[in-house]
Amino acid sequence: MSGIKSIENQFNSFLKEIGELSYFAGRYFKEALKPPFEFKELLRQCYSMGNRSLLLVAITGFIIGLVLTLQTRPTLLEFGAVSWMPSMVGISIVREIGPMIMALVCAGRIGSGIGAELGSMRVTEQIDAMEVSGTNPFKYLVVTRILATTLMIPLLIIIGDAIALYGSFLVENLKGNVSFTLYFNQVFDSLEFGDILPATIKSFFFGFAIGLVGCFKGYYCKKGTAGVGKAANSAVVFTSLLLFVIDFIAVFVADIFYEL
Amino acid sequence: MKETQDIANQPKNLERPPIVLQIKDLYKSFGENNVLNGFNMTLYKGENLVIMGKSGSGKSVMIKCLVGLMEADSGSITVMDKDITTLNQETLDILRADIGFLFQGSALYDSMTVRENLEFPLRRHSEKFDHKTDTNTMVIEALKNVGLESAIDLMPSELSGGMKRRVALARTLILQPKIILYDEPTSGLDPITSKEIILLMKDIQTKYNTSSLIITHDVDCARYISDRMILLIDGVDYTVGTFKELSASNDPKIRAFFKQ
Repeated sequence: MSGIKSIENQFNSFLKEIGELSYFAGRYFKEALKPPFEFKELLRQCYSMGNRSLLLVAITGFIIGLVLTLQTRPTLLEFGAVSWMPSMVGISIVREIGPMIMALVCAGRIGSGIGAELGSMRVTEQIDAMEVSGTNPFKYLVVTRILATTLMIPLLIIIGDAIALYGSFLVENLKGNVSFTLYFNQVFDSLEFGDILPATIKSFFFGFAIGLVGCFKGYYCKKGTAGVGKAANSAVVFTSLLLFVIDFIAVFVADIFYEL
Repeated sequence: MKETQDIANQPKNLERPPIVLQIKDLYKSFGENNVLNGFNMTLYKGENLVIMGKSGSGKSVMIKCLVGLMEADSGSITVMDKDITTLNQETLDILRADIGFLFQGSALYDSMTVRENLEFPLRRHSEKFDHKTDTNTMVIEALKNVGLESAIDLMPSELSGGMKRRVALARTLILQPKIILYDEPTSGLDPITSKEIILLMKDIQTKYNTSSLIITHDVDCARYISDRMILLIDGVDYTVGTFKELSASNDPKIRAFFKQ
């Protein structure tokens, strides 16, 4: 009986959190459209997020490309279909694996960073100090960060995808003596507008989700250092869950358009 | 009704300067916990008013209600003839330029240098000053007031606790406020640094003729700086008087504060 009660309580608090997150998102859109605009802080955030995550995204992308090709090659060889490798890797990386894995990596790197930074600012009263000085902290801290992740995550995903494809090419070049031109010609021949567009749109939503959840968790962080840790941790967990939900919805919607 | 005992001589009230800040019947509770139960206070121009109370007695809650960081359940808060509980955000932000707030933990922005910390409040309240006034000159002047002009390009992490408190005071002063609110200005500091901060607060009051509301449980701080004191007990202004009057009281509740 108490087990059912506990599940019910958890479900209720989950729904409450979804409601609060939706309200937070609504406030974001309201504040984002209202002047004054914090361009300088937005540029600083874009630079900081891009700069801090580029190496991580590059290494992750490169390893994905290598591993995917090395794992798939023996099976394709068995069926005499190794020439399909660039098409297969290209489509899978651009449509699904690239955006999803890069977004998860960025959720860990950027989302937790935002959660911890804003959480720390909340517990040390820096957000209150900002408000007392007449600056709208929501606009200065939250709007700029969400906008920066929405713009930078797609860019990082594109770079990550390109490096993943290069990693895949290196394996093909070493094992199958395939030239750079031939490999990438095959990749781009197999990719269609319908592969790239949904993946790009999806990556903007991923970026928005990473910024939104990170800011939400940090901005409403509970007092104390434990609260900061919890904010950073729950930002990653909640964002990861949200990324899978967005991915499912994006694939579902894209599938409807394919059928049309 | 609350049981305020105004120990200060009544005739003094007739000679009082104008009121700059007044709280009437302030109530604030968090769930079942009633923190403020009809708190009243009046701050006169050029006065140093100390509010003493035990930890958790609602001192910080009261000061946060005063600047609009928290919403009171009921009661009125009048700052320079404006009831802040009825002001819209824009008017409140303008009024906040006349209220300086020194936070308990200094609340310096971690990611900014000392110079940027001081410039931050100016970006929102530039209209308060002559357009020809150089920001750099204002920052240096504010730092000179606290004896820290050499720390202008340091990060907050490179400063000691006392230096942080001084920089926070300089940030409070840069907008040339008419009222300064100090939330535990000496907490966490050694006795020598505490004394330095107290003397600095006195100097500032003399130099700029500001009115100060000081929240503390440091008896030495209260002795040095207070013109009048209020003891906050059980959410009400239990008694009002000078340090000398209150420290000579036979009331056990009042005596408990001075036994420290």
